[in-house]
Amino acid sequence: MDGMKLTTKDLCKSYDNRIIIEDINIKLKEKEIVSIIGISGSGKTTLFNLLSGLEMPDKGNVFLDAEDITGQPGRISYMLQKDLLLPHKKIKDNVALGLIVKGMSKKDAYKKAEGLFEIFGLEGTTELYPDQLSGGMRQRAALLRTYLTANGVALLDEPFSALDSITKTQMHKWYLDMMLKLDLSTIFITHDIEEAIYLSDRIYILGGSPGIIKNEVSIDIPRNKREEFIETLEFLSYKKQLKEMLL
Amino acid sequence: MKRKLQSIINNLIVGLKNYLPGVLAIVGLIIVWHILSVKSIVPSYMLPSPRDVVNALIEDRQILLDHSLVTLTEAFYGLFIGIIIAFFMATLMDECKFLYRAFYPIMVITQTIPTIAIAPLLVLWMGFGMEPKITLVVLTTFFPIAVGLLDGYKSVDADSVKLLRSMGAGKIKIFFHVKFPNALSHFFAGLKISASYAIVGAVISEWLGGFEGLGVYMTRVKKAYAFDKMFAVIIVIIVISLLLMKLINVLRKICMPWDKVKNK
Repeated sequence: MDGMKLTTKDLCKSYDNRIIIEDINIKLKEKEIVSIIGISGSGKTTLFNLLSGLEMPDKGNVFLDAEDITGQPGRISYMLQKDLLLPHKKIKDNVALGLIVKGMSKKDAYKKAEGLFEIFGLEGTTELYPDQLSGGMRQRAALLRTYLTANGVALLDEPFSALDSITKTQMHKWYLDMMLKLDLSTIFITHDIEEAIYLSDRIYILGGSPGIIKNEVSIDIPRNKREEFIETLEFLSYKKQLKEMLL
Repeated sequence: MKRKLQSIINNLIVGLKNYLPGVLAIVGLIIVWHILSVKSIVPSYMLPSPRDVVNALIEDRQILLDHSLVTLTEAFYGLFIGIIIAFFMATLMDECKFLYRAFYPIMVITQTIPTIAIAPLLVLWMGFGMEPKITLVVLTTFFPIAVGLLDGYKSVDADSVKLLRSMGAGKIKIFFHVKFPNALSHFFAGLKISASYAIVGAVISEWLGGFEGLGVYMTRVKKAYAFDKMFAVIIVIIVISLLLMKLINVLRKICMPWDKVKNK
């Protein structure tokens, strides 16, 4: 398990006697970005519910740094599709929420968050309410909240899907830049094949009924070359390959 | 400087646009009322003129003030206890489906009991002091608040709760971080209704037995056929109710500073 941040072993889950996902084995290395793509109903969200500990698998385990964290919420962080900033809390309180829930004092939580506001492009927003922020800023605030309780692993469920395309492109670039500065490994769920190729080191394709990991693709392009990479034929061939695997 | 002046003027114009029609309508109504009584279209012993009413207000101001304080005290205690009961009932009922099923019908039934019928009974059980009045106010005020809170708890975004759960939060933390703040606007909507019920409830229960309060004053002036004083006390009740609602609006703004931001 050297260098493995998060691993799963034979995860299975069914609802009402219908098997949703079966024998899922995935790995996430230190500082890696991995995407899980799949058509709707392939069990992506179910998988995240298991990884985050919100639900117990019928069978199988989740390991964080080789420690079994199956069914334990609060160990790694999970960002749902919407930014879900609480409208009644100031940005500083929203960002510190995870730490406060875990029993840290407000003062310590603010202090821990303070230094990260700049990296996340949120300078000067501490005293504002979420409704005063733009979509991109809200998303970054939600990511900062996610990061603060991540213990090194963040699960992001379509985090950029609600943004307009220009903001989305900016956020992709920003996310890669930021990942260089932070000690974080990420698993993305996305529908968007291009997004997956642009951001990921590896991509898992989830599909079938019940959902299984059908394929795994590595994107062997350094993170700092990604911007030029989008315009290459290589990018298109990855796209074609993934499309075929999805269907 | 010039721009500042401009914005003040603009605000004034907007304010006038909003309030002027309402003010004009009320002034118009008072003028019609004045004409009706001065021209004796309605006999003056049945409908006193606005001036008579103002005179009565001035003449009886000390008595009215004393009675108002009694009524306000009853309304305030009743509302306060009503809020506490509503909070506990709504919160417990939201957390436990069984309690909801058990007590919601009773809650609805208490609202169908005619106030006029129960007030004399309360006087018989509790005497002529403040207790029966406060009890009646509690009965009439807890319901809108409890229903408001219940709606507020129910309307909480399921994903927000999921987020808190994924952070490892238990029921109590979810309640204080998400559910309760989410229910606040519903709570204040209910409280506003309850506040007006509180004054009316206190007055009605004073009618039906007691020695002090605006309701007692009302029954006395009615027996004396002093219609000008009757109208005076009605105006006092209107003003008190409006002030109370204003107070709740101010409270709401203090408790929910984020709401102001949203409306901008």
